[in-house]
Amino acid sequence: MSDPVVPFTSRFSREQRVVHCSRAEYIATVRGVLADTFSMCVDLTAVDYLTYAGDRALPVDVTAERFEIVVNLLSIEKRERVRVRVQVPADDATIATLFDMYPGSEAMEREVYDMFGIKFTDHPDLTRILMPEDWDGFPLRKDYDQGEIPVQFSTDFAEQR
Amino acid sequence: MKTRPSTTDILATIEAGNDPEQGLKPRSELSARQLMREVGAVLRMSEAEVAKLGDAPADPADDQTMIINMGPQHPSTHGVLRLMLELQGETVLRCKPIIGYLHTGMEKTGEALTFMQGGTNVTRMDYVSPLNNELVFSMATEKLLGIEDEIPERAVWMRMLLSELNRMSSHLLFLATNGLDLGAVSMMIYGWREREEILRFFQKVTGLRMNHNFIRPGGVAADLPEGWRDDVLRLLELIPPRLEEYDTLMTGQPIWRERLQGVGVITAQEAMALGATGPILRSTGVAWDLRRDQPYLHYDQLEFDVVVGKYGDSFDRYSIRLNEVRESIRIVHQILDRMPSGDYRIQNKKVTPPPRARINESMEALIHHFKLFTEGFKVPEGEVYVAIESPRGEIGCYIASDGSATPYRIHVRAPSFVNIQCLPHMMRGGLIADAVAIISSIDPVLGEVDR
Repeated sequence: MSDPVVPFTSRFSREQRVVHCSRAEYIATVRGVLADTFSMCVDLTAVDYLTYAGDRALPVDVTAERFEIVVNLLSIEKRERVRVRVQVPADDATIATLFDMYPGSEAMEREVYDMFGIKFTDHPDLTRILMPEDWDGFPLRKDYDQGEIPVQFSTDFAEQR
Repeated sequence: MKTRPSTTDILATIEAGNDPEQGLKPRSELSARQLMREVGAVLRMSEAEVAKLGDAPADPADDQTMIINMGPQHPSTHGVLRLMLELQGETVLRCKPIIGYLHTGMEKTGEALTFMQGGTNVTRMDYVSPLNNELVFSMATEKLLGIEDEIPERAVWMRMLLSELNRMSSHLLFLATNGLDLGAVSMMIYGWREREEILRFFQKVTGLRMNHNFIRPGGVAADLPEGWRDDVLRLLELIPPRLEEYDTLMTGQPIWRERLQGVGVITAQEAMALGATGPILRSTGVAWDLRRDQPYLHYDQLEFDVVVGKYGDSFDRYSIRLNEVRESIRIVHQILDRMPSGDYRIQNKKVTPPPRARINESMEALIHHFKLFTEGFKVPEGEVYVAIESPRGEIGCYIASDGSATPYRIHVRAPSFVNIQCLPHMMRGGLIADAVAIISSIDPVLGEVDR
């Protein structure tokens, strides 16, 4: 296999293995993790750090960006987990897909696109998965307000009469 | 001829402010590469091997396939699962699950609820095994708080007792619905009946049949009620003979076996590639059970077997669940023998509200009570992922906390959400009549798929 593989170094956060990598090295790093028997992509999600008040405690060589993709990979042979965290800037919310390595990430990446608006390049079917096709906005972004949507019916009985 | 947009076109559509359609297009509108990717990536095959699978005529205009829609209001879709199926005659060529009909934004809601209130939210995701949802949420919160080793013994064993009984009730519901889907209607009645017995016990312990919010960060909400041991023993006597009846009714029955054996086959490699966990992964022969392989609570002190299948078909998944009920009964027997006495929640005033009686006597208790129920407790900064074995597979909880009393981001890795990705794969090349059996054998809970 001629694809580049970057050896990964992991840190520990609350006894859990975490790998930080840049967006450019994302695919190569995950390929390295996959080669290390981590054959299952258990979870892929994102966090919008727009209004985060605390200290993000990122390593010094990682620049904090608005979005972060969090991938949980599992090795059945070693009974271990590793978590890959990648920073994604807000002005170019794009990242490569893991579909060709982990086909199971398909629905999870669609969910991240649907909820955060992060686009996965070369994803086979990048459409909204939970929200309707004609929905505006990305609900799990921190600048998307929680609230009520107007309903067609009224609970004010006096008005109905 | 219309062609399906390429990835670049899709990205351009998104840039223009529109979202592409979610539905399934007939294969004649797909390029060969797209089709290959759809199949080959999952099978981890070379392009040449995938090309052999295709039986499409050379001219796409001659391709006589039909797209039919199944659900979301179909009785066998276990809620509001919608499937688009591409058929050729009675053979399913392709399938796409379309979800989101039950999406209520629970992860967004979770960001507005305190860690104290969060249990009420997560318990409604997988409403068939609510206690497992609460358990994983509580464990994630406790890990962030750094108190996971200080949980009193009784609380830990109570959690295990409830989690196992919940696994039994969930699998009994599966047996009921699986029977119903395949036409064994009497099984539906029996499964619901036995499940109801367990729910009655839950009602006695937690006050509710479902959506308990009983397992909370720091322990459980209340101690076991008087006479609980007799109730559990009654359940343990009642259920095993009923399981024997199910064996007589279904396992050995030729019609049942014909409907399930060899239907919806998936291999270990495919299941792992698709991220499937729980009975689906175990049916392929991979002995992976988080209770044994990454033990949490005190599962490492118990003796039980991980039930695995061999053929990865619907029948294996049925018998795994049936036998997991038996294993859970074994576990509950051991829990009954070892249930310690003592506190049922952590005695840490910052996390646990004071008992009601103390509020009348102590000013400090009143303040703590008030603060806990209005502001909640603050959880240190950081992020954590905790996973446990729910009846459907690995349920995980990812929480990022910014040091306030509400989670900054809460994500639940729902086993059903990932498991239904196996559907297109299991249905490929099968008959439309088997589609129902396959959906049923995945045992999805749509509340958790859509969250």
